[in-house]
Amino acid sequence: MSSLDLTERPAHGRAYWALADCWNIVRRGLTHYQRQPVNIAWQLGFPILSVLLYGYVFGSAMKVPGGGDYKDFLMPGMFVMTMTFGFINTATVVVYDSTKGVIDRFRSMPMASSAVVAGRGVTDLITACAELAIMMLTAVAMGWRPDGGAGFLAAFALLLWLRFALIWIGVWLGLLVPNPEAAGGLFAVAFPLTMISSIYVAPQLMPDWLGVVAAWNPISSTAAATRELFGTPVGSGDSWVEQHALLMAGVWPLVLTAVFLPLAVRRFQRLSR
Amino acid sequence: MALCRASGNQWTEIEYGVLFYGYTVLSYWAVMGMVKVKVKGEAALEDDGYAVRAEGLVKRYGAKRALDGFGLAVRKGTVHGLLGPNGAGKTTAVRILSTLVRLDEGRATVAGLDVARRPRDVRARIGLTGQYAAVDEVLTGRQNLETFGRLFHLGGKRARRRAGELLERFDLVDAADKGVGDYSGGMRRRLDLAASMILAPAVLFLDEPTTGLDPRSRGEVWESVRALVADGTTVLLTTQYLEEADKLASRITVIDQGRDIADDTPDGLKSTVGGDRIEVVVAERSDLPRAVKVVARVADGEPEADEAASRVHAQVTDRVAALTEVARTLRDEGVVVEDIGLRRPSLDDVFLRLTGHRTAPSAGAGTTGDPGKEAAA
Repeated sequence: MSSLDLTERPAHGRAYWALADCWNIVRRGLTHYQRQPVNIAWQLGFPILSVLLYGYVFGSAMKVPGGGDYKDFLMPGMFVMTMTFGFINTATVVVYDSTKGVIDRFRSMPMASSAVVAGRGVTDLITACAELAIMMLTAVAMGWRPDGGAGFLAAFALLLWLRFALIWIGVWLGLLVPNPEAAGGLFAVAFPLTMISSIYVAPQLMPDWLGVVAAWNPISSTAAATRELFGTPVGSGDSWVEQHALLMAGVWPLVLTAVFLPLAVRRFQRLSR
Repeated sequence: MALCRASGNQWTEIEYGVLFYGYTVLSYWAVMGMVKVKVKGEAALEDDGYAVRAEGLVKRYGAKRALDGFGLAVRKGTVHGLLGPNGAGKTTAVRILSTLVRLDEGRATVAGLDVARRPRDVRARIGLTGQYAAVDEVLTGRQNLETFGRLFHLGGKRARRRAGELLERFDLVDAADKGVGDYSGGMRRRLDLAASMILAPAVLFLDEPTTGLDPRSRGEVWESVRALVADGTTVLLTTQYLEEADKLASRITVIDQGRDIADDTPDGLKSTVGGDRIEVVVAERSDLPRAVKVVARVADGEPEADEAASRVHAQVTDRVAALTEVARTLRDEGVVVEDIGLRRPSLDDVFLRLTGHRTAPSAGAGTTGDPGKEAAA
């Protein structure tokens, strides 16, 4: 029935196939963008629009503690915001695949099951790089002037590190929520969580109790740390967490990963219960 | 201890003894390991004529038993129907046999391989088409098949060629480079089938492959399934449509409440509910009692009357004689007949007899104590 010999399979180790399978899942994710250019426009357009809107509309009215330029304060915050909302994309794709039976098909195939999740993660990180690049170009066009060099690269890495941690929340939620519509509802949860942080407004300017919550928001640490690394620091609050932003920008995603990676994997394994 | 001894010293008997003993244990272990590997290899080749075998499968979800001692034997190269109402355990059975779900008790082999112990090897020999077309709606049909082909470890070149072959075979060449989102239900299901057939698997699981399809698409899927079996694939087909099982399957297992309650050919199952039935519909409802009396004369048992439909039916042995006799007597007595005919028992009748409820989800109100009584209603 086939002119091909389908039984002969190249002899490679498990690790080779885990990587190859992962790459093929990534390839599928990237082909999605190629098939739906509108999606790229939307996914990249939203961050650009946010940069423009927040920068020009709010920019004039916003104060920065210590008297810096709001643009310098805002841009790293925008990058963090985009990384944060990224988990909704992860969750949406995962819930779509699981409700449509695509994940079941993968699981019924002799491929590495780890690739299903890992491939999603790598695709999301590639997307995140593209998002960051285009946002930074927009920011530069608007007059944002970060320091180059090692600090810049470190800031970029910290942003991806945050995105990496959020992948696992996305996968976990994607396997948890019942349908794609519910995944859309995650935005309503994510939005306040990004507002109560230091990404748009300095916590010192908020009511005391809210400022404390905002300062301890994990994404605030990444925002503060990247501001520092981009060479546009702002006078920050004097709480412990704000004083140790660089450290915490490394620790928070580690904690999130430590909690949600096992949860996501367990949820994935529970599919076979 | 022998190794740490510096050269120049004589080894004692004890040291030789330990060395010899160690060597013996080691070689015994190595030989047994090889034997074990060989036995494992042979188990895969063991050929008893069955593509799927399951015994005493139990699957619990909390207090509920989705499968409760389910057994199945599917002969190679056949279509085997697994027939049962919603919630009977059909999908759970397929998910266990296709390694998606772990079983709690029992044993199952697919293509001679134990599903619990060697799931990865089983996966290389099966195809699965679930209740919804599990294909990527954004990608084109071709991209779908190529992606799955690469994930089946065919490599890029062979995956591309195999995709081309399957597109042709499932009549999807014209739509090959269109997004699956634009496919009709039937095309999508055919693409799903094609994706399941990438490795030309020995066993194909089809879980309600035509649920939600219009009659034309259903016919297309049936055609594809027939062609696959002609090529030697064994198919386990779950369905709640009796017509589908009747048309495609050479053998049927009936499942209800997690247990296999019957296993036979479609004809064999039909004969368990007895022979043909005669059915008379009278024009005037007031004539019904007279019609019942006439039918009773030729019937094997008590005729069953349906007041609302002005209908009476009963089981008969000599179908033609019964039909002529009833038609003639009714005409002589001046009873106006709207419809008269013979009806062969359908699998639906079989199902009703076996389980006490119909297969259709709407009528499946649950089991009642007396199947005969419900059949009469």
